[in-house]
Amino acid sequence: MGKRLKGFDVTVKDVSRAYGNFKALDDVSIEIRKGEFFSLLGPSGCGKTTLLRIIAGFDSPDNGVVLLDGKDILPLPPDKRQVNTVFQSYALFPHLSVYENVAFPLRLRKVPAGKLDAKVRDYLHLVQLDNHMDKKPSMLSGGQKQRVAIARALINEPSVLLLDEPLSALDAKLRQNLLVELDHLHDQIGITFIYVTHDQSEALSVSDRIAVMNQGKVLQIGTPYEIYESPATDFVARFIGETNLFPAVVKQCDPYEDYYMTTLDIPALGTEIKVTDYDNLAVGQHVSFTVRPEKLKITGHQPTRVGKDINLFRGIVEEPIYSGFQSKYYVSLENGTVIKVIQQHANYMDEGPDIDWKDQVFVSWSAEDGYIVEVVDS
Amino acid sequence: MNSHMQEKRGRRLGITYSAPMGLWLTFFFLVPLCIIILYSFLKKGLYGGVEWEFTLTAYRQMLNPNFMRVFLRTLWVAALSTVITITLALPCGYAMARSRHQVMWLALVIIPFWTNSLIRIYAWIAILSSEGFVNEALKALGVIGESLPLIYNQGAVITVLIYMYIPFAILPLFTTIDKFDFQLLEAARDLGASKPESIFKVLIPNIRSGIITAVIFTFIPIFGAYTVPLLVGGKDSYMIGNIIVDQVTKTRNWPLASAFSLVITVVSTIGVIWMMTSTASERARLKAPAQVVDANGGIS
Repeated sequence: MGKRLKGFDVTVKDVSRAYGNFKALDDVSIEIRKGEFFSLLGPSGCGKTTLLRIIAGFDSPDNGVVLLDGKDILPLPPDKRQVNTVFQSYALFPHLSVYENVAFPLRLRKVPAGKLDAKVRDYLHLVQLDNHMDKKPSMLSGGQKQRVAIARALINEPSVLLLDEPLSALDAKLRQNLLVELDHLHDQIGITFIYVTHDQSEALSVSDRIAVMNQGKVLQIGTPYEIYESPATDFVARFIGETNLFPAVVKQCDPYEDYYMTTLDIPALGTEIKVTDYDNLAVGQHVSFTVRPEKLKITGHQPTRVGKDINLFRGIVEEPIYSGFQSKYYVSLENGTVIKVIQQHANYMDEGPDIDWKDQVFVSWSAEDGYIVEVVDS
Repeated sequence: MNSHMQEKRGRRLGITYSAPMGLWLTFFFLVPLCIIILYSFLKKGLYGGVEWEFTLTAYRQMLNPNFMRVFLRTLWVAALSTVITITLALPCGYAMARSRHQVMWLALVIIPFWTNSLIRIYAWIAILSSEGFVNEALKALGVIGESLPLIYNQGAVITVLIYMYIPFAILPLFTTIDKFDFQLLEAARDLGASKPESIFKVLIPNIRSGIITAVIFTFIPIFGAYTVPLLVGGKDSYMIGNIIVDQVTKTRNWPLASAFSLVITVVSTIGVIWMMTSTASERARLKAPAQVVDANGGIS
């Protein structure tokens, strides 16, 4: 199907929604661009589903506006909005066949029989369910049900497709496959996708941009790369991927090439470390320091030559976790702080990893690989 | 192999489990039913009872146009009351299923059963009679000058029948709606259905079994009703139930009473069979396909 539909932009402005004393959404503003694959990412109860339900029309905000293609859609009931939803539990109609489920929106609009049939077959083909159209939803596997739900949501040719944790009920392998299919579908159809998920790897792998949410607030909006490499807050750093995060105090900040070489005092590490940053931070300022485990290097022997912008620590391996393509080590430093290190196994290993439980190791990273997350006070 | 044997043993034990129920039904349902069938083919005794002589007189008497009129009226009253009852019970069951106070609503539906049904019918007489609550209230408000004929007519019979049997419709509807996935309604709305469309195209087809049960639970007792038409009905409210009572106590024509009882039993049985086959086919519709998938060795 060479079909390309028209995607709309969605603007969410100052939207708040409270249930009693619980603030599900606290003054949320997001601008989603035309045709974008946009993810709302956060732990359960962060407000992402509430926001999706407000866009779909199943819930209304206490204040704020939601614009679709520049027009306010809040006064419209769900059936009058040019958005369709793929539900977490699929919400297929159990009394109708696959074909009739997909035909449901067309039958409501009294589309003539011939046109209806052609279109239903077209969309069933799009999700590769041609051979299952006479089955009842109860006969389908989880992945097939998901495809029916997608075909049914797309047949109305919406400008925006809302996906509410659509893959959460599926097993990991299938989830990966469907995610790729979803991405292809998005590229093929060209409408705006708003994807709600609590799974950071899902969001990172398919989104054009991501909004990370927690406790009803948007903490950061950015590309997957921006969110992973330069998290805006401690929460984002911890929630996206794995990290080592420590409170720190700025000791010194000197210009260094086109950025600043900052020296941080980190009580948890019992020493000072170096990190490069684009901001000229004031001495004595409280910040958070983060370094991703895969950016740390781990060796069994002391490195002979250490550059001046390398941070080096000695420690004992408390917990080696081997998972085939990589190993994760929990290394206890000399002052007792535990730091996570991930080592990729790029080469063939005849006798397994050379680092073992209780081995003495050296952990190091370059000043350029660390990141100052959040200025705690100002 | 082992599981097969266990299954066989389970099946054999199943018969023992059902024995007490089977005996109960035989003695208190099947035997009386046989007596009724037998009596309907015997000659009427002079002072009630029967004489042991085979005859089809009772059935011939039943074809009397007056009786036919009562039969058709009973059918009409039962059908109309059932339709109104279900129409009222559906939104009630829906509201209860969506309410946070389900237990309270269930209690309120069940509480009337704590009072004897005759007393409840007499309460309706107090409400509807010419000096009753409704008429007095309307007169006091100046809406009417003369009492309205609210009682001893067909309307009163239908009103009280609906009141009596609406709990039997609400309860099965509530239990099926409670199991219904309300997200399906959101999905329907999302796909372009208006509110009524989502109810008629998604909710109703998915709670069919509850609706059928509710229809059976109201239609059958109403079809055999006799106290309500006797106490709040007029001349035009005579129903099959009243014929049976009169044939037993006044006219003393036991064979005819038996024949009419048999009519009620047959109509009820047809209803129950309809209910059982349609719920069975619905179950088959939803479940059998899953077995087909299993037989093919899992799902692709």
